[in-house]
This record gives sequence, C-alpha cells and structure tokens, in this order.
Amino acid sequence: MQRSEALTEADRLMTICNSCRYCEGLCAVFPAMELRRSFSGGDLNYLSNLCHSCGACYVDCQFSPPHEFDVRVPSVLARVRHESYADYAWPRALAPLFRSNGIAVSLITVVSIAIFIIGFVAFNDPSALLASRHGPGSFYALMPHTTMAALFGAAFLWAIVALIQGARAFWHDMGEPASVLAEPRPLLCAIRDAASLRYLDGGGVGCYNADERPKDDRRFFHHLTFWGFLLCFASTSVATLYHYLLQREAPYPLWDLPVVLGTLGGIGIVIGPLGLYAAKRKREPAMMDEGSRSMDVAFLAMLGLTGTTGLALLLLRESSAMGVLLALHLGAVFALFVTLPYGKFVHGLYRFLALVRYARERHAS
Amino acid sequence: MTAENDIPEHPVAYDVVVAGGGNAALCAAIAARHAGASVLVLEAASKFYRGGNTRHTRNMRCAHDTATATLSGPYTEDEFWDDLLRVTEGQTNEQLARMMIRESKEMLDWIVEQGVRFQPSLGGTLSLGRTNSFFLGGGRAMLNALYLTAARLGVDVLYEAEVVGLDIDSDRFRAAIIRQRDGITRIRGKALVAAAGGFEANIDRLVEGWGEIARNFLIRGTPHNRGTVLDMLLGAGVDSIGDPTQCHAVAIDARAPKYDGGIITRLDCVVFGIVVNKHAMRFYDEGEDVWPKRYAIWGRLVAAQPDQIAYIVFDVKSANLFMPSLYPAIEAASIAELAGKLGLDPDGLSATVAAFNAAVRDGSFNPDILDDCRTENLTPPKSHWARRIDTGPYYAYPVRPGITFTYLGVRVDHDARMMMKAGGSAQNMYAAGEIMAGNVLGRGYAAGIGMTIGSVFGRIAGRGAARHAAQ
Repeated sequence: MQRSEALTEADRLMTICNSCRYCEGLCAVFPAMELRRSFSGGDLNYLSNLCHSCGACYVDCQFSPPHEFDVRVPSVLARVRHESYADYAWPRALAPLFRSNGIAVSLITVVSIAIFIIGFVAFNDPSALLASRHGPGSFYALMPHTTMAALFGAAFLWAIVALIQGARAFWHDMGEPASVLAEPRPLLCAIRDAASLRYLDGGGVGCYNADERPKDDRRFFHHLTFWGFLLCFASTSVATLYHYLLQREAPYPLWDLPVVLGTLGGIGIVIGPLGLYAAKRKREPAMMDEGSRSMDVAFLAMLGLTGTTGLALLLLRESSAMGVLLALHLGAVFALFVTLPYGKFVHGLYRFLALVRYARERHAS
Repeated sequence: MTAENDIPEHPVAYDVVVAGGGNAALCAAIAARHAGASVLVLEAASKFYRGGNTRHTRNMRCAHDTATATLSGPYTEDEFWDDLLRVTEGQTNEQLARMMIRESKEMLDWIVEQGVRFQPSLGGTLSLGRTNSFFLGGGRAMLNALYLTAARLGVDVLYEAEVVGLDIDSDRFRAAIIRQRDGITRIRGKALVAAAGGFEANIDRLVEGWGEIARNFLIRGTPHNRGTVLDMLLGAGVDSIGDPTQCHAVAIDARAPKYDGGIITRLDCVVFGIVVNKHAMRFYDEGEDVWPKRYAIWGRLVAAQPDQIAYIVFDVKSANLFMPSLYPAIEAASIAELAGKLGLDPDGLSATVAAFNAAVRDGSFNPDILDDCRTENLTPPKSHWARRIDTGPYYAYPVRPGITFTYLGVRVDHDARMMMKAGGSAQNMYAAGEIMAGNVLGRGYAAGIGMTIGSVFGRIAGRGAARHAAQ
C-alpha cells in the first residue's frame, strides 16, 4: 500500500531519531522507537498516538528547522495521528468527517440544537418554551423523560459502538494480540500514566509551548478538562440512577450529588478548554499540525458549549429562559455524543491504548 | 585594530566580555554574573544555532565517589586521570588536568543548579553509564537551560554578533570589535573570556595542516568554528599549545552534509565488515580492538586513502548488530552488483572479498568481547569478529573523514588565564573550552571530556574574570 506523505515523513524522522536517541529520557515515544529498527505504518501510528505533543523533543533537537534535516517530531506525529483517526473511523463512510472537522461538528451542533428547539415548540404549546417552571419534573414538561432517555441512550450507544470499532482497528493495526488487554499490569500502568498525564510534562519540567521555556499550563488545563468531563459524566450517571432506582426526578436541589458533580465538571470543561485554546493560540507553529487545528478547536468548543449551557441552565432553571437553555444544552450534549467518535475525543482512547501497548513492551524488554 | 576612531562605540561597557556561546562560554558567563560582574555574551550564530558544538554533545565526564541516580557507580579522580593519560598518551599538563578532574566533581551539582538535567546513560552507550553524565534531551537541552539561567541572572547575549577584532594592548584586553547585521561596533570590557571553539570549520586552515586532501573532509559540527578568535589571540602574542596540524577525525557517512551532520551520521559497523578504498582494496585491520577504542582512528585512516573515501562492506548477518544511522546502507544481491552501485571495480571487490573469506578462520562470534574470529595469512589481517561475507543481501556504507575538533589552542594557567609568548600570564584574558582544550587534551579523546573542559575551565575563567573586573 502506498504510504501517505505524513507516514513517509514520520518514517524519515524516526530513522533520524533512532540514530540520535538524545531524547530518549523525555517521554515514551523514543524508548518505544528504540525497540525497532524499521517502522511499519502500524508502528508509526502507534508512536504518533503515544506522543502527547509536549514539545520537549522539538526545543531540544539540534536538527529541528532551520537545520536542513528539518526534524519536527511533534507536528509530524500530530499529522500522522490525525490521519490515523480517519483510518480507524467506523463506519468507514464517516471517515471524511475528520477532514474539515470544525465545519462538520459545527453543522451537526447547529442542526441538533435547532431540532431540540423545533421539537419543544412542535410537541408543546409554542408558548411553553418561554414559560417559567419550578420543581422536579419541570424539564420533562418540555420533553418526556422516556423520549429523552431513549434519544440520548441511542446516541450514547452509537458512540460506544463506533469507539469500540475504532479501538479494534487501531489495536489490529499495531499488531497487538487481543490477549494483552486482559493483562492487569499494562492496563494499570496505562491508567496511571493517562490519569496523571505523565508524558505531558516535557521530561519533568513542564511542556513546551511558545518557546524553549517550559510551562505546565497545558497539563493543568488538560487535567481540568479531563476530570471535568468525567465529573459531568458521573453527574449524568448518578442522575440516571436517581431517576430509575430512586424515582427522583430532575432538576435536583443545588446540594444534591448530580448538581454538585455537574457544576464542578461544568466549570472544568469550560475553563480547561479555554486554557487549552489560549495555549494553542500561543503555540510555536512549527510544533503544530495545521491540518488538525479545526478538529482540536471544534472539540474544545463543544466541551465549552456543553459546560456553558449546562451552567447557564443551572443558574436560570427557574426563569423563563429555561426552555431555550434546555434546548441549547440538550442539543449541545446530543451533538457532543454523536460526534465523539469523529473528532478529537478519540485521541484519549487511542493514546490510552498506545500506553497499554507501551507498558506491555517496556515490561517485555 | 587601526582606525579605531571610525568604529562606533557600544553604549555600554561590560565587566566581562565572553566571546563564544557554547557550554564553556555560558558557564563562564553564569559564574561571572554570580560573582557580581556585568556580562556580555557574543555569539556569532543565530539563536537557533547558538552554542557551537555543544549542540551536538550529550554527556560530560565528571569524577564522583559514589553512584548517583543517573550514574551506575563511582569514578574516582585517579581513574579519570588514568583514562586521560591513556587517551592522550601523556600529552597533557598533569597539574592542570588533575585540577580539572578535582573540580569536575563539584561540576555535577553546579551544572544541575544552573538548570541542566541529567538522565541515566543513553541506549547504545551503556559502557559510559558509570563514568559519564548524560544530558536529558541532549546538548541543545543543556544549552537552553544555561541560556535561560543566564537570562534570568541578567547576562546580556548578542546573537549573530561575530567577533572580528580584539583590541589588545600588550597583555591587556581592552575591547572586542563585533560585526552584526547593522554594522561594526566596539565593545569595551574589563576582562575577556575567549570560549569561541577551534578552527575545524575553516577548511583553508585545515588545508594548511593536511594539504589539499582536507577539502574532502566533512565537518561534524558547527560551521562557525573558524578559529578567528584563536588566530587573533595568537597574533596578539598569546602563547599556543597543541599540534596545529592535528584534529579529531572519525569516519562518518560520506553522504552527510558538509557541516553540522552531528551524531546521526556516525557509523558503528566497521568491526562487522571489511573496509575498502576506491580501488576495492582493504587497508587496515578492522577488528583490531573494541569499537569505542578504535572509533577515532578511522577518520585518519580514510583521510590517507585516495580521494579520502572508503566503503564499509558487510553482509546480512551483521545488518542489525550496530546502532542505526541516518542514511540507509547501499544494498545489493551480489558483491559485484554492490561494487557497481558504489562505483568500484566489480572484479576487484569480488577478489578482495574472496581473499578475505578464504582467510577467515572459524571461531565463536561474539560482538561483546575480543572474540576468536580472525583471519590467517591475510594482509592486513582482521584480528577479531572476522566472518565470511557470503550471505546476501550485501551492504555498504561510503565513509569520509568527519572532523570533530582541533587541538591547537591558547596556553592557560591555573586560573584559566592566557599565558603570553613573552612569558607570564595575561592581565585580564581568560580562555575556556575547545580554544584551550589542548592544555589537558593534547591528543586523543575520551567521551564527554570536551564538556568537562568547557564547564570546569568556563567556571574558573568566569570567576577569575569577574574578580579581575572588580579590582
């Protein structure tokens, strides 16, 4: 099979890096590279997904541009990564969503929000959208809980199936046996490395962004985003349990667990993406893949939109703005769910799998 | 300099002016600044290319009494001295060298205090894990840390500021004349630290020592080490040390760029094959000793061959036994085809390989020791790791001499102060790094010792210069 330009370039760079190895103490990519002498497409996809883009190898490299060897590991691996996301997309027909990802995600979001607004109006009295409501069950006056659960359950299920299929494709491309995923040690190791963002630290001093000065901002904001996302997910899960097990209907009081988790998580997925976006604005262009930018920004924007609308809904849930905010929030969350397998979100999944493989390889060598 | 009055004066005069921007220069600048001096660093290169050959380094050799987090065992002062004596074959100043080795112990901590980080020895260099401290991220990472520290301390740095003249009055430095994009300026200083490297990138100077063959040499590091500051100092009456015709040369991939190819163009496969010249003839025992001990003779050997080119030839059995390098090996299904690809006489190469194969005596091949695989009745012999080249595909790397550094320098005293030809030490001129390495390293090389010389003498020079400026 003809290699893409990005894979060919990554192969050239890994050959250079493997002859030098000065960066081997910085992260997982270089020790993993050293276990090989030549690099298959699967190897390069593995290495690219292992890279956290901390930038240390770029500022430390004696061969980065303007040197004629033109070694730009973070940007080239970002490009390979981006291509790999499309390669693993399921169903294949949706792979093009990774191209012009920003436009695709925006359109899906706009359509999704519009449908919720139209639905609220169509299935209710048109004035219902702007009515103020109080107490448990007020959301479900606009959209019955069963409909909401069915719709979001289906979207979530779709995302899960598509993500699993993508993960299978990546795992197969790397040539790892499925049995590795049943071994506790690599899994635990990868969970620890992923949860701590171990390799987003520039080899110990913080990652590099605008220049050769290390800064730990990106790791901090990524933690806010990641843990914020998990808290939001936990909030939704707890609320679902409340509904079905305890027969308690949303909205819940401010002190209640779903609201507390959701509020903290919401703050995380608003501030985290803002910080990451600000860092991206300042980032040295030679460390970035321009082609991935719209995908990166789209995901940050989706998280920010979900968080902002969720927090606004919480603040104004007893006002006449509730109906519109609920439509906005549900539209955003729905769009977030259905686009999870076709955007930047997949980086977490593939990077985690790459870390599992790395833990296995390290232990074996 | 004449016409002094025509050159505009820099608005600020400094206590210490440092010529150069590598490890030695930065250690001097930081040490001088720590001691309270105002310091200016003059770097001829751009910000990206700053740091001369330090960019290409990866470790330094420092004595230490115990194992550390990054060093696998102790390396005593005596052992360091023995190693230095062995590689220089006695061409060293024992007093200076022993002082440097003693000071190198403190250097491990001092350099970390300046922001440099170490890691355990790199893959493929495990033999240095006990003696050498490896920079996390390599030499450019080290430079970045030193420059950040220097900036934080308030050291001024000018990039693309080449020293084109030194105003020296007998044994006293007065000012440096520098050329920048917008013209020439004269910068006064109370003391000078010369840390501007050797002259290995000045091909015309190499030709003076080696003859026309030097035009075929490749320069492994910075194109900026042209020896201009060294020449100005020697011209001003500073005493010299080291053989002006000598340089450290290894065999590197002939396809490497003329300058700055760095570590990735080196080849570690000589011991696994045979090396032939352009006439397809062998010329030296490829298996004389373990590779780290013979690495640095092959530049000289190839330099002595016609057109300064040679070819390392081996077969598939050896293809994965050595560190990978930048350019792929040239590959062919037969020796004759390989010769064709290399531009060698196919019959000649086939005959050389056949004669070699016939002379190989079977043994138990072991790349980690001086094994018993050798040739008999062959001139030159191959004393170890001799295996028949008989299994395709066959491979070859073309090699040329790659120059690492030069030995000629300025003579210094214990304070890293330059010594004058007329006798005595200069008043306010200090030197550190490659420009004075010949004082302790008159010949040969031991991994990481260039950085030791740079750091130790850099710190001494910086402190001395600051002390002088304060008087």
